[in-house]
Amino acid sequence: MSKTRYSGFKVLKEALTGHKGWKPTWRDAEPKAGGYDVVIVGGGGHGLATAFYLAKNHGITNVAVVEKGWIGGGNVGRNTTIIRSNYLLPGNEPFYEFSMKLWENLEQDLNYNAMVSQRGIMNLIHSDAQRDAFIRRGNGMLFADAGCEFIEAKEVKERYPFLDMDNPRFPIKAALAQPRGGTVRHDAVAWGYARGASDLGVDIIQNCEVTGFNIENGKCLGVQTTKGEIKAGRVGVCVAGSSGRVMAKAGIKLPIESHVLQAFVTEGLKPVMDNVITFGAGHFYCSQSDKGGLVFGGDIDGYNTYAQRGNLPVVEDVCSGGMAIMPMIGRARLLRMWGGVMDMSMDGSPFIDSTEIDELFFNGGWCYGGFKATPASGYCYAHLLATNSPHEVATAYKLDRFRRGAMIDEKGVGAQPNLH
Amino acid sequence: MSQMNRIKGGLVNQKKSISFTFNGQILTGFEGDTLASALLANNKKLVGRSFKYHRPRGIVTAGSEEPNAIMEIGNGAYKEPNTKATITQLYNGLEANSQNHRGPLGFDLMAITDFLSPLLGAGFYYKTFMWPKAFWEKFYEPAIRNAAGLGTLSTEADPDTYDKGFRYCDILIIGAGATGLSAAITAASSGAKVILADEDFLMGGRLNTESIKIDGGSGSKWAKDTVAALSTMENVTLMSDTTIFGVYDHGIYGAIENRSSEAREDKDKPRQVNWRIYAKRSILCAGAIERSIAFGNNDRPGIMLASAVRSYANRFAVATGDKVSVYTNNDDGWTTARDLVLKNVRVVAVIDSRSISPVLRVPGAEIFMGTDVVDTKGRRALKSIKLSNGKTIDTDCLAVSGGWNPNLHLTCHHRGIPKWNGEIASFIPDKANPPGMTVAGRAKGTMVLSDAIIEGHNEGASVASDLGYKVKKSDPSETPSVSYSVTANWGVPSGKNRAWVDLQNDVTAKDIKLANQEGFKSVEHVKRYTTLGMATDQGKTANVLGIGIMADNMGQTMEETGTTIFRPPYSPVAIGAFAGRRRGMEFYPTRYTPSHKWSVEQNAIFVEVGMWYRSQWFPLPGETHWRESVDREVKQTRASVGICDVTTLGKIDIKGSDVSEFLNKVYVNAFAKVPVGKTRYGLMLREDGMVMDDGTTARLSENHFVMTTTTANAVNVYRHLQFCHQCLWPDLDVHMISVTEQFAQYAVAGPNSRKLLQKVIDSDCDISNEAFPYMAAGEITVCGGIPARLFRISFSGELAYEIAVQTRYGDSLMRVLMEAGEEFNVVPYGTEALGVMRIEKGHAAGPELNGQTSAYDLGMGGMVSGKKDFIGYKLGLREDLLRDDRMQMVGFKPVNTQDLLQAGSHLLNLRDKPSTETDQGWISSCIYSPILGHYIGIGFIKSGHSRKGEFVRAVDLVRGNDIEVEICSPHFVDPEGERLRV
Amino acid sequence: MIINHPLLGPRDSEEFVYLGAADLINRPNNWEQDASAEDFYQYQYIRENIAGDHRELWYHEQGDQSWLVVTRNTLSHEIINVELAQDVSRGIGRGK
Repeated sequence: MSKTRYSGFKVLKEALTGHKGWKPTWRDAEPKAGGYDVVIVGGGGHGLATAFYLAKNHGITNVAVVEKGWIGGGNVGRNTTIIRSNYLLPGNEPFYEFSMKLWENLEQDLNYNAMVSQRGIMNLIHSDAQRDAFIRRGNGMLFADAGCEFIEAKEVKERYPFLDMDNPRFPIKAALAQPRGGTVRHDAVAWGYARGASDLGVDIIQNCEVTGFNIENGKCLGVQTTKGEIKAGRVGVCVAGSSGRVMAKAGIKLPIESHVLQAFVTEGLKPVMDNVITFGAGHFYCSQSDKGGLVFGGDIDGYNTYAQRGNLPVVEDVCSGGMAIMPMIGRARLLRMWGGVMDMSMDGSPFIDSTEIDELFFNGGWCYGGFKATPASGYCYAHLLATNSPHEVATAYKLDRFRRGAMIDEKGVGAQPNLH
Repeated sequence: MSQMNRIKGGLVNQKKSISFTFNGQILTGFEGDTLASALLANNKKLVGRSFKYHRPRGIVTAGSEEPNAIMEIGNGAYKEPNTKATITQLYNGLEANSQNHRGPLGFDLMAITDFLSPLLGAGFYYKTFMWPKAFWEKFYEPAIRNAAGLGTLSTEADPDTYDKGFRYCDILIIGAGATGLSAAITAASSGAKVILADEDFLMGGRLNTESIKIDGGSGSKWAKDTVAALSTMENVTLMSDTTIFGVYDHGIYGAIENRSSEAREDKDKPRQVNWRIYAKRSILCAGAIERSIAFGNNDRPGIMLASAVRSYANRFAVATGDKVSVYTNNDDGWTTARDLVLKNVRVVAVIDSRSISPVLRVPGAEIFMGTDVVDTKGRRALKSIKLSNGKTIDTDCLAVSGGWNPNLHLTCHHRGIPKWNGEIASFIPDKANPPGMTVAGRAKGTMVLSDAIIEGHNEGASVASDLGYKVKKSDPSETPSVSYSVTANWGVPSGKNRAWVDLQNDVTAKDIKLANQEGFKSVEHVKRYTTLGMATDQGKTANVLGIGIMADNMGQTMEETGTTIFRPPYSPVAIGAFAGRRRGMEFYPTRYTPSHKWSVEQNAIFVEVGMWYRSQWFPLPGETHWRESVDREVKQTRASVGICDVTTLGKIDIKGSDVSEFLNKVYVNAFAKVPVGKTRYGLMLREDGMVMDDGTTARLSENHFVMTTTTANAVNVYRHLQFCHQCLWPDLDVHMISVTEQFAQYAVAGPNSRKLLQKVIDSDCDISNEAFPYMAAGEITVCGGIPARLFRISFSGELAYEIAVQTRYGDSLMRVLMEAGEEFNVVPYGTEALGVMRIEKGHAAGPELNGQTSAYDLGMGGMVSGKKDFIGYKLGLREDLLRDDRMQMVGFKPVNTQDLLQAGSHLLNLRDKPSTETDQGWISSCIYSPILGHYIGIGFIKSGHSRKGEFVRAVDLVRGNDIEVEICSPHFVDPEGERLRV
Repeated sequence: MIINHPLLGPRDSEEFVYLGAADLINRPNNWEQDASAEDFYQYQYIRENIAGDHRELWYHEQGDQSWLVVTRNTLSHEIINVELAQDVSRGIGRGK
């Protein structure tokens, strides 16, 4: 297919000629009889990014991404669009910072405007103990070159006069911000990676569900799908909330539970807040999209589920968290709520690793933090699939870490996925 | 002229005028009006601007599906943006303002975007604004953000209150139109408990807007009589102005009741009530919603849905035009023409895209069959339309009907996918409705009223009898059968003109075509790429039309194209309503300690600890800095005696013959042989080997123990113990109850603590060092027979006790202790002084017990028994947890004692540069020690236990501090523990 | 959701706290053997994560403090069975 370069000039030219020149963003493919060097299972953000970096960084272009529905229909299309690299632990921070740096160049890499907007993210601090913990985090961020800013209460109030600084339960004492954090137009990430991968020769195969793995003598030779068998030199599974279901077809059980996380958006409003505000103590975080909707969320529902929908208690919890800290939102109306199925791991951190089956690889356990990880996850997974060794920022993301006792437990809540 | 479009009749009270304002202009309407009907009565055609192109727009519908007429209602903190005029009941003093325009509504400066529209098609922003890189955040995005958005949120706190309520019923009937009312009659007649809910403030649904007859009388009268009859039945609850917004698991329905009128009269009353309705079954009778047809310039003010035109004429007595034309592809559109004629409103033309015979006679109107509307004129109000036969017709209101879509929104809430029905040219609910939900009437695709009534009647009976109720036999109400026939018409070629599909989000037929051309072929992709159906009306009027256009573009059937599904809420819900009373002080429950009142009297400063409010310090007159107070409290306690309320520590009363064995399984150290009258420190792990909590457990008698936990973990530990007992060792004879709130507990610490207590404790209780040594525990009496418990334990490192009485004596005991302590110069101390003393003593607390640390990390590896199984034993032995280079807890003191050491600092070797690789650890807790006269800290550093005496740097890049510190033992004061035992 | 408590009847799930798979009842007893390291690892970390009928532990924290084993479909959320965890534990031979 012809590669169309996007630019303001091209948009202008097409506007004058009736938009007849726009080509499909990606090429819809059917499985090749001869198979592929690598088959990626899962056409979400991570899978498409993996395919893109396999082709771009490693020159491996005989690649298929198989997706059971439509690409980008999973968590990349149903999240709260936040990116940040404000992690606490050394196992995580360099990885997420690497991801942040990839975000910062994403549009130029992909020639697609995913609206990476570094509008800043701010975590509210309500007590001395929280202040100490956030300073520890902030120093870790500065050690990793991720940047951060400590904001005293007075300045928080000046910047965000709508916050209830003197909330009787959670008075705001200060905040820790990461100015480089922000939001990204989530769907566009999937489309941009799909376009980039497709342009480099990757086959994107939609409506193609993997029904099984061809495994002989401990080696994976390909996948069975609703569109027939597809041979593969190497298979990389990357299916987030469906991890348990898909890996079970290869006989592999995981340290993962599937849970639903709800997210919410209000009706469109004129700009009222320009950054992401996180009220951790009240289980609420919020930003405003370019279209004007306040996009917000909170905790997961807390029970195992594969249904992409949640229940009322969490809706009420999240909204009360919002009302507690920014009571102006009482008259904003919640327009839509939706649920995404999260692959909650046993320590809240992900896996990018080989498995006990040769040539079968696994990427998952992203909990509700997968979106911000998309570029680095794709980059590091591609590295692993191409070289059979982990990328240097993803060495901690091993499946056997629990056997060794090398947990990466940011929250310190132990092996209970619904608390991460 | 006031209300120039008002005609006779209707269901409004034309004797009762209501005054309101629109964009500052004072207008009047009548009781029973909506804001929309009152605006139309006053000939306000242009009421708003569209989202993207700022096109002039007018009222389109008469219901919650309205895409255009959304406004800001009220002012100041009461301002409510994006409010649909079509469902806002008119009231005296209502203040409405149009939104999303710069400059006056008639001359919106932002309308320039409309001229740039060829550039701004679907997804244009994904293809540009990428150069130069820095310009996105600085220039492009702010410009887009300012242009986008709809109404303006007041940035003030919402001044209204909201309530939450719970209701239970056998059958919830959603929608009180002809079908719902019919279902309610039969269901209620059986004695079943019925809730009938309708989003409109007037029940009756479309019966209030139609001229049809039921049982020989008018439909609206039948509805009114039926509602009146139902209202007298005890087993029926009527909820008008109540929207069922979501269907949740196991028959739980979310409902929002609008009580604004009450709240306006009385500020203490809630504006809205968020009901959680628990229903065994439900019957969805939500009717149908009309859709439009995509033709050129079909968005001008004055172009409305045909049913809305009829609603305004019949229910609200408003003529929406002087020269009305009708454009339809189905029989129902003709009804609008007929009803208008009956109301003496002039109908100039009826245009039907079907090549059939005219459906009705419409006196005075030109009839065009097999004809389409292809273009319209009139920027701020419709002036004329152009037909496919070339003819132009002067008209100021075009009533469009593209057919009816069953209102199946709620059937999708459990991800049920609607299926296509060719006969009615729309989607109908498939079988995967939420469990317990039955659909009847037009919501199910039964488009003929007489059939819908029968269906409602029968479903009401059958659902009631399913639930075991006996239904009285009765006949359904009768209405003449009026057939419904439709031929899908998704639009006509519009040439250079744009044909609008989603009016609010400005999605045109061309946008959908472009999306398809660019490879967005799944309905979900098209929705996300074009924003079709994502506006505040949730695509109620646009979705099916858009899917029809897609199917045409791709040469597919509607079945192949499929549909997106609806998610909650059915219509947007104020966030305040979800929060209810949970805001401000009521956001979390508040718990006060027994000494709270006394502490308030002492002007204590309080701090929130979980749900508790604890005294942080007790300032004396003249003390200007918290450190002055805290230093004094520490010094006085260590010099003589201090008292601290420690009630918030978790207390668990445990009884039974197997308690020792049980404790042995949950603590790392031995508990099998704790003697009666002794207390023992215990360390509790999670199963993964990390420390969960610590505390003491006292054995008061052979089979009676009392455990204490940290404040933060009181609830978790109790839950954990119940798990261990019920799930793991169910036959152990153990009985537990949390008594945290049943006992007031005070720490009495310092060299004079015994002397003080001896004055309070009854004289027959011997608490001398010999009779009641360190770690003793016992039941005693105080103040002449009041039962109490005494524990000789110490967090401060001093000779200390904790004394507990029943909570009701807590306040008195505090006062008694303070009075008794006067001669010793007793001091009350708060959580700050408590923290200082525990760090001086090297006790790990919250910042160290952070769930990431093992017993070994904390320097308590020696306590861990290797002779028994206990929770956390085996997994605590994993290789990485036993590594020597783990972060281990030690103490830190500044080399230069003048230096400020702060928690959160990271640790670096002297010559290293900061980086993740060189990071050695961090300081977890830090205080100024008034005893040592300098800052000290506890923290974690790689291989810490073997590095004592080494010098490193504590680096705080966040606050700009970098000092040299010495690694030392965390036990700064009395490391041998001699003071404890005196 | 509504959980039909075997002792107290139907209760809103908001009264409960969720833990995870009911397999957590089946704690290994062989702590003295070296092989138990693997058993404890599997017990604590590896999950069936069933898409279908899932046996799971809920604790009636705002109620009678019973631990319950709820059998619930993770695709539809339908609850098929509710038992007292204590009975389930005894049923698989756990005692003291």
